[in-house]
Order: sequence, then structure tokens, then C-alpha cells
Amino acid sequence: MQDHENYSGHTAPHHAAPLGMYFAVFAALMVLTVITVWVSRIDLGAMNTAVAMAIAIVKATVVILWFMHVIHSPRMTWIVVISSFLWLAVMFVFFFSDYLTRGWNIY
Amino acid sequence: MSEDATLSHSAEHASEPHTHGHHHPFLQHHFEDMGQQHEASTLGMWFFVAQEILFFGGIFCAYFIYREMYPEAWKAGSHHQNWQIGAANTIVLIGSSLTMALAVWGAQQAKRKFTTLMLILTLVLGGIFVGVKGYEYAEHIHEGLFPGSMFTFVQQDAPHLTPGVHLFMTFYFVMTGLHALHMIIGAGLLLWFIKRTWRGDFGPEYYSPVEIMGLYWHFVDIVWIFLFPLLYLV
Repeated sequence: MQDHENYSGHTAPHHAAPLGMYFAVFAALMVLTVITVWVSRIDLGAMNTAVAMAIAIVKATVVILWFMHVIHSPRMTWIVVISSFLWLAVMFVFFFSDYLTRGWNIY
Repeated sequence: MSEDATLSHSAEHASEPHTHGHHHPFLQHHFEDMGQQHEASTLGMWFFVAQEILFFGGIFCAYFIYREMYPEAWKAGSHHQNWQIGAANTIVLIGSSLTMALAVWGAQQAKRKFTTLMLILTLVLGGIFVGVKGYEYAEHIHEGLFPGSMFTFVQQDAPHLTPGVHLFMTFYFVMTGLHALHMIIGAGLLLWFIKRTWRGDFGPEYYSPVEIMGLYWHFVDIVWIFLFPLLYLV
């Protein structure tokens, strides 16, 4: 999670991951894309969107951790990444707790 | 004048405890070393990405609220999208993320030609994506699905859904349009980075700009990862 060597004291920020890792991540993203399309063709009712979003969140997490190298980033980067999604969640929760609970409305 | 500047610079330099008699040409004077500079620049880019997440997040939020209001129209609107083209474009875009990640890897090892090639491939794949998007836009416009006064489409099987389809297409064009705008800006940045890489600016001690370019490109990829199921597979 954190790489202390990256911090001050050493001149180079070097942290090269093995090349195979990038191809493995790409393969995982391809498999998840196929699953996204496949699942959308099965009728799960209201669960279809939830499943599609769950898969998209897994894909985004894979990209963030390995393609964007957050897994080897210092703790400060983790704080910024996690808090940005935290604020996004706050926005979603407050909007949805209003709009999605207006059962008395015409729609 | 210039001699003075050189003198004061070297004097300042000698007093710094962390320089090991080595000064990278791309080390800005307010950083102690390349590692610290790298961390500061990636952190700064993450702050930018954080506000981009909230920027797109607001539009996604509105999308979900209107989808909840007009579920039938959303389904009908999504059926005007060609999911095969969308899926193919998803593969192209994730492929461009792979080549972008490989470019960062190459820059870390000072593989100048490999990195340049990977950046060119990223640009080509990004260009294919935007080109395909342009083709899709042309089809929608031809069918009268472009929002506003150009919207002449009528949902024949269920005419009462037409206004809702209009709203869905508005979201479609705003969301994919902003995404494509990010792609075009990214393509411009890539051109600059291809030049800088070929010139030999980057290596194990200094690859932060390529890394940051990657952060931007991968973020744009993530936006599409959410857009694809929400617009093509409702």
C-alpha cells in the first residue's frame, strides 16, 4: 500500500511493475466487459442496473489500483482518492434520499 | 547579470543538505529530490481527478433521477443505441488504457522508442474511438434524435414516450459529448508527449508527466466504463 522508499531521501521515484501485470489487468477488464454485456441480456428486473454498476465499480477499482498505480502510492494519494469517492457518495445519498422517496408524486 | 544568477544558484545549491552532488535538469528548485517532486505532481493530478469525478458525478446523479422518473423512455432510448458498436468501442478504449499504461512503464525504464510507439498507439486507439463516436452521432442526427429543434423522432410503438426519449438523448449527447471532449483534449496532450518522449525527456528519474498523462487517460476510460452500460444496455 505504501512505499516509504518513494518518500524523501531517495532521488528516484522509480517503481516499475512487471509488464505481465498490465496484460493481466487488461484481460480482467475484457472479461468483465463481456460479463457486463452478457448480464444485461438476462432479465433481472430492477437488479440489472445494480449488477451493471457493481461490475463497473469493480472495473474502475482495477483501473485505479493498477493502471493508475494507486496501489503503490503514498498514503496521502489514497486519502485524496478515497475522499473524492466519499464526497460522490454523499452527493448520491442526499439526492436519492429525496428524489427516489417521492412515492406520492405523479411519476 | 547571468553570472550573478549562476553564482547565487550554485551557492543556494551547495547549502542544500539533500543534493548528492547531482542535479536532475527537470528538478524544480523548490523540491528536495525527484521522488518528492514525483509525489507532489501525482498528488496534484489526483486533486484534479477528484474534481473531475465530482463533475461527472453530478451528471450521473441527474441521469439516475430522470431514469427513475421515466424508466420506459430510458429503455426505449437505449434501444436506439447500437450496443455492438458500443461494446467494440469499449474494447478499443480499454486497449488504449493498456497502451497508455505500457507507455508509463516504458518511460520508467528509459525505453524511448517503445514509449513513443505506445503513445502513438494510444493516440490511434483514442482516434478510432472518437471516430466511431462521430459515426454514431451522424446516425442519431440522421434519425432525428439530436435534441432541440432538430429532434423530429417519434416513438411509433409508444408515442407518449417520445418526450422521455428526447430527454434520454439529451443525456446521451451531454454525457458522451463531454467524454469525447476529454478524449480530444487527451489526444492533443498525447501529441505533445510523443514529441517530448522522442526528444528523450523521460527516464527512470523523471517520468512524472507521462504518469500524470496516464492518470488523465485512465480517468476518461473509467467514465466510459460507467457510460457504456448506462447508455447502451438499459
